Amino acid sequence: MQVRMVGASAVLVEYDDPADVLAAYAEGRRRGVSLEIVPAATTVLFDGVADPHTLAAEIRTWTLSPVAPDAGDLVELPTTYDGPDLDSVARHWDLTTREVVALHRGTEFVVAFCGFAPGFAYCRGLPGHLAVPRLADPRARVPAGSVALAGPFTGIYPTASPGGWQLIGRTDAVLWRPDLGQPALLVPGTRVRFVDA
Amino acid sequence: MRELEVVEAGALMTVQDLGRPGFAHLGVPRSGAVDTRSLTLANRLVGNDEDAAGLETTLTGVVLRFESATTIAVTGASCVVAVAGRDVAWGEPVSVPAGSMVRVGVASRGLRSYVAVAGGIDVPLVLGSRSTDVLSGLGPKPLRPGDRLPIGAVVGRPAGVDTPPAFRELSEIRLRLGPRDDWFDPASIARLDGATYVVGSSSNRIGIRLEGTPLDRRRDGELPSEGIVLGAVQVPPSGQPLIFLADHPTTGGYPVLGVVASADLPGCGQLRPGDAVTLRLVG
Repeated sequence: MQVRMVGASAVLVEYDDPADVLAAYAEGRRRGVSLEIVPAATTVLFDGVADPHTLAAEIRTWTLSPVAPDAGDLVELPTTYDGPDLDSVARHWDLTTREVVALHRGTEFVVAFCGFAPGFAYCRGLPGHLAVPRLADPRARVPAGSVALAGPFTGIYPTASPGGWQLIGRTDAVLWRPDLGQPALLVPGTRVRFVDA
Repeated sequence: MRELEVVEAGALMTVQDLGRPGFAHLGVPRSGAVDTRSLTLANRLVGNDEDAAGLETTLTGVVLRFESATTIAVTGASCVVAVAGRDVAWGEPVSVPAGSMVRVGVASRGLRSYVAVAGGIDVPLVLGSRSTDVLSGLGPKPLRPGDRLPIGAVVGRPAGVDTPPAFRELSEIRLRLGPRDDWFDPASIARLDGATYVVGSSSNRIGIRLEGTPLDRRRDGELPSEGIVLGAVQVPPSGQPLIFLADHPTTGGYPVLGVVASADLPGCGQLRPGDAVTLRLVG
């Protein structure tokens, strides 16, 4: 673990084990230590802190208990696997498209963090060797509900936007409702399964 | 319901309050006024709570029409303000008779003027804020001629006439190193202290691009995406730094060299393309 100061009111903590990121996010929220707690790939940002040095010292003393595999809510996303990049992913994984679909559908994912756009969840679950590159030439418009892969992550575009992820399918699930108090269907820690549409 | 009508919107006019902090873990930018100091001042002048929503203009002038009598105040970038064709004070509460047009002129110094209206702009809240977020599209769309905006209930009395605030350009930006200064060549960082950069033309509510001596990296590769704070100075592979403002993304993958002192952020929001600024490293 490495703790870095960010300006005068934030602390960035980097963890060696990605599992600690969600555990530290949960612990920070339980303790209510800062206005913003932003998990990411290997870090947690604690922003809006009156005394970051005291918080940094406190964080070093936290005993992180791993988040139980069934701790988060389970969300099932009815998904049709007909994305334009399904063939390219199959080639990359050296599998048939049917095998890609079976593998993806058979995996339970966990939302590691959100970013890129409101409600866009980075879901972890595929083994590391199945990481795929982003498109060299990003699309100007990716439709809302597109199920996509980049690096080790699966993501679902909550709203239409430009994007460089490889599109393997689509879901009709509504991922982003800014009129609700809890606007995002998928939040850090949510478990996700892709099921038959 | 009291309303105002947008007659001319200029290059970019948006509704802004103090934004929607607290949702960064869902990928929601904080947004809000870029120059919070000027918005809160304008609100105090007209008797609003400091976090009431007002209008943020961008360089060009705007014209508003008020159906009922009200009080307004214009702060931020200096400009000529006229009510019903007569020049009135900038930086002071001004009475607007029913049915009159208010012209907020082209900024003569600075970039963004703020118009507060007694009662505040009362568009619906989205995640606790009325702000337009140009990055994520949350909040009301940028304003266009013909738009009508509801005005809220008056909560306080306009401030007595005070010494008008003078506009001061920011000439120095103070920067605290970290969290990823270790990605850059130490000599390159040392040169940054006292170095002059010019504000690039593609600057916007998301960030200010600085153009000058590029920063040299001491390591290659990609940084996994990580959380970003307001005022973070991110350095893409070009080596030209970018200062993140109100509508910044919540996470990013380029290393953040340092963070601008929060007291300098309102002034950063008033920098125009072509302005020169000197960077100062502070402990």
